[in-house]
Amino acid sequence: MSLLEVTDLRVSFPTADGIVQAVRGVSFAVERGRTLGIVGESGSGKTVLTQSLLGLTPGGQISGTAVFDGVNLVGLEPKSMQRIRGKDIAVIFQDPLTSLHPLYKVGWQITEMIRAHDKSVSKKQAMERAVELLGHVGIPRPRERVNDYPHQFSGGMRQRVMIAMAISLSPKLIVADEPTTALDATVQAQIIDLLLRLQRESNTALMMITHDLGVVADIADEVMVMYAGRAAEKASKRDIFYQPHHPYTKGLLESIPRSSAAAERLKPITGQPPSLIRLPSGCAFHPRCAYVMDRCLTDQPELVPVAEAGEHRSACWLPAAATGLSDDVEELRRRTVEMGRTDEAAKVAEKIAAAPESEGSVIA
Amino acid sequence: MGMVRFLVRRILSGIVVLWVVATLSFMLFFVAVPEGVVARNLAGRAATPAVLAQVMQNLGLNRPWYVQYGHYMDGLLHGNLGYSYYTQQPVIDIIKLGFPATLSVVVGGVILWLVVGLGVGILSATRARSLFDRVATVGVLAGVSAPVFVVGEILIVVVYVQLNNAGIHFIQTGYTPISQSFTGWLGTMILPWVTLATVQAAIYTRLSRGSLLDTLGEDYIRTARAKGLSERRVLYRHAVRSALTPVVSQLGIDVGALLGGVIVVEQVFGLQGIGQETVQAITNGDGQLVLGFIILAALFVVLANLVVDIAYALLDPRVRIH
Repeated sequence: MSLLEVTDLRVSFPTADGIVQAVRGVSFAVERGRTLGIVGESGSGKTVLTQSLLGLTPGGQISGTAVFDGVNLVGLEPKSMQRIRGKDIAVIFQDPLTSLHPLYKVGWQITEMIRAHDKSVSKKQAMERAVELLGHVGIPRPRERVNDYPHQFSGGMRQRVMIAMAISLSPKLIVADEPTTALDATVQAQIIDLLLRLQRESNTALMMITHDLGVVADIADEVMVMYAGRAAEKASKRDIFYQPHHPYTKGLLESIPRSSAAAERLKPITGQPPSLIRLPSGCAFHPRCAYVMDRCLTDQPELVPVAEAGEHRSACWLPAAATGLSDDVEELRRRTVEMGRTDEAAKVAEKIAAAPESEGSVIA
Repeated sequence: MGMVRFLVRRILSGIVVLWVVATLSFMLFFVAVPEGVVARNLAGRAATPAVLAQVMQNLGLNRPWYVQYGHYMDGLLHGNLGYSYYTQQPVIDIIKLGFPATLSVVVGGVILWLVVGLGVGILSATRARSLFDRVATVGVLAGVSAPVFVVGEILIVVVYVQLNNAGIHFIQTGYTPISQSFTGWLGTMILPWVTLATVQAAIYTRLSRGSLLDTLGEDYIRTARAKGLSERRVLYRHAVRSALTPVVSQLGIDVGALLGGVIVVEQVFGLQGIGQETVQAITNGDGQLVLGFIILAALFVVLANLVVDIAYALLDPRVRIH
């Protein structure tokens, strides 16, 4: 059995302008000791998805199931949820400056969490553990630094503090929500290395939420690409990078710079992510998709297997064989689109082609 | 170490402020007016020529202004606020007479408005847009809009008059010193406290509600929840702690200003505190006394700010280390 099994999760927020459908029926599983990368632009629902699992989305209406270690997290009563938060599922947030309490020493913040879950630990023992943890995540002179406040640490060191806190109770699952986005590139690499090392040591499962495919390449085993609150494609890391099926995944890959071809022009995905209140009909990606066909305007594709093993799934009307980046596959896509496109889809396609590239979003 | 240096700097700057206020007041009363008028302004309305001559003599008004300034500052440094010729008493004695009443009103009022203001503010913020919050918002608007003299008069008519007519004489106007009778003191203080607290509690409700709502939206509150803390602990240890900072600074300013005289409340209830004495001093043209009250008010504001700075440093480590 998977450690976490999410089925048809939906999260919406009623607002004055209408209902925001942040997550629209997502299913996935996280295995013990493995890393699931969740990739998408801002507003794709990836953060809401993971925070709703822990009940950290106030005002959100959640349906579906999320069975973690035998317990359904959706609709779980607050006391039980409190016991799971931090203890079984720990979260590392994006911005370590704003995510740590500015008025408390980092040691206090770590010991508070340890003692919230185990009252039998004395303050002194908890503090010893905090020192040990800070040392373990690579903070020099941990015995002195437990008595420092967050603003006395650099960005990378602060994120190490957050990580130390996250691993303090040896959780079964760590949710890392863009843990490196607010950091410098060199520090990013150090933090990723640290997470990998800690995961190897403790066999913790990891959910890595990111908009950065580079991070996914470093750390993930499986990848789920999200678009407008749904999974666009789900596959092993290898398949996502070498055998992408969904045009959105392909677009993401083409929009990241590769060091091997520095001069290569990046191809942004034209247009902006859709409003989650008024979603496009059919496939939510169709207004930005170079392969838009008639049925994309009316029918929403389900996430279905594109390879025989069934582990590689994509939510796109292109045939299963249209998988990969080779010229043959591109030719297959082109021919399929030619046959599947008449008036209206052709108009959409023209609009996409005419849109200036500068309006598009480069993700990486 | 940072804390000591921080405090020393604050105390020094407070002394500078006091010196500036004292000097400007001196200029206003001794230098900026025509020579013959100085004594008249300081002596009070309807001073006899004999008194004027005495004032001239005592303050050395016929000597150069810098000699007068030296004399004046020397007096201040020794705690001598001068002599009120109008009332024939040292200024300090008049202050001592009025201060207990003012202090009583302010201390009781502060406690009352903090309890109500913070309590309602916290409840409103944690139940934003609930019925309680909406009712509280209307109450705040009413409280902020109600002039102090109107609230005071209403309380006198509705509570004081009614109770006394009914033969219950606990609630009284005027001032009874606490040393004389505790219940008497309480009886004269309750209505002033409620009056002062009505407006202030409304302001503090709004302040603490807004501050707490901002804080509850902070990332570190989400972190606190994600740590598995109880909602109670998240609210009080994490959110309220941060939300208090702006409340503390407002409180310092308010208390400092009010200790210099709660003019309207004292006037409405006839408390004979600093505020009412100040009004009388101005009416009587008692310049020496007015001067004394100016220095006193400045002193309270400076002291209150110092207390706020200390509280700030204790509350927020980022203030201590620059």
